[in-house]
Amino acid sequence: MLQTNLKHILSEADLNKEITENENVMVCCGRMGPMCVPVYGVMDELQDEYKHVAFRDMEFDSPDARAIRNLPECRGFAGLPFTVYYKNGKVVNATSSIQSMEQVKDILDKEFKK
Amino acid sequence: MSEIYDVIVIGGGPAGLTAGIYLARAKMKTLILNEGTAGGQIILTHEIANYPGIEKISGYQLANVMKNQAKNFGCIIKSNVRITNLNLSGDIKTVEINNKETFSASSIIISTGGRSRNLNVPGEDKFKGKGISYCATCDGDFFQDKNIIVVGGGNSALEEAVSLTKYASRVTIVHQFDNFQAFEHAIEEAQSNPKLSFIMESKIAEFIGEESLKKVLIENQNTHEITEMEIDGVFIFIGYQPNTEFLKDKLELNGRNEIVVKENLETSEQGVFAAGDSVQKKYRQITTAVADGTIAALGAIEYINNIKALSHA
Repeated sequence: MLQTNLKHILSEADLNKEITENENVMVCCGRMGPMCVPVYGVMDELQDEYKHVAFRDMEFDSPDARAIRNLPECRGFAGLPFTVYYKNGKVVNATSSIQSMEQVKDILDKEFKK
Repeated sequence: MSEIYDVIVIGGGPAGLTAGIYLARAKMKTLILNEGTAGGQIILTHEIANYPGIEKISGYQLANVMKNQAKNFGCIIKSNVRITNLNLSGDIKTVEINNKETFSASSIIISTGGRSRNLNVPGEDKFKGKGISYCATCDGDFFQDKNIIVVGGGNSALEEAVSLTKYASRVTIVHQFDNFQAFEHAIEEAQSNPKLSFIMESKIAEFIGEESLKKVLIENQNTHEITEMEIDGVFIFIGYQPNTEFLKDKLELNGRNEIVVKENLETSEQGVFAAGDSVQKKYRQITTAVADGTIAALGAIEYINNIKALSHA
């Protein structure tokens, strides 16, 4: 299990439940590596400011993470983490590799307007 | 109107958090401002086994313990902020973040650490995570049976290039000099690996592709001849640089942009101290950062107490 302060998604069913029950969901799918940990940190930091967004993580190497690994929006991705943004259950944005606070906020403000 | 503190610590790695712990315990009103995630580079370390008193711990866990210690003693920590203005001269120093909030303090401790260098050539940002990587452990398995380049000629570059041969069918090292800046054993191991080849005295001039990286332009440093090479991925390991750009013209820096400090870690500016990897020094370890943080905090406490004593005299 990932050692973060975020709520973890442990299965494909879990993922489907999260994106069905929450209008806006950001899922960071990675490992505890140097490119992934800063993104978890950014998400943790933003949880208070973006209360209308559900911030979740998922272990990249779990078999059920294929639900993210195999997304068409992640085609061509070759850097962890894969970060996927869902609105009303649909993928609206996805990024590969490390992202800064500003990059994450830009996407949240664009895709998940308050 | 700015919020007033006794000390502002800029940087929340082991040096900054240690300074925060010492300052807050000494009843100094302390603010830690951090441009990234609190913990600094140690959060990227999978396992730490040489920190005295703890047999084994992940960097992420150790950083969290340090952060909680600092908070529990009363430190205010603001992470993922952007320093947009800084005034280090005079008795009252000010720090502005995100172009909106300003904080002031009698003393400042700079502990901004360092970061991996980028190449800063066209296409690097566009293909980050889509062919360009800075972490072999993280992304190596995306390049199974692929043809890749490693940029760099130090220990990290050569060791990571060898480790990437577990996945890639071919690894080409591109290095700007005619010799490597690595330990002899690392050079020997790289040179004896049949999957590795070398392009010396050359640098990447551009990354090209569509959805993902497809090729690179390589420039020979002597002839300036440009060669096009089809490639599946590029890993960049060209060392670290101190996070001190924002201090130019404000503090004395050396030729490597490290902060020049006195024995008590005070900088060229009175009341401004520096600690950790951004300081001019030989060894960079968690333990040395923690020691720096302690010394800088004690220096700042003494500086503030002297000011208070003078004002009451």
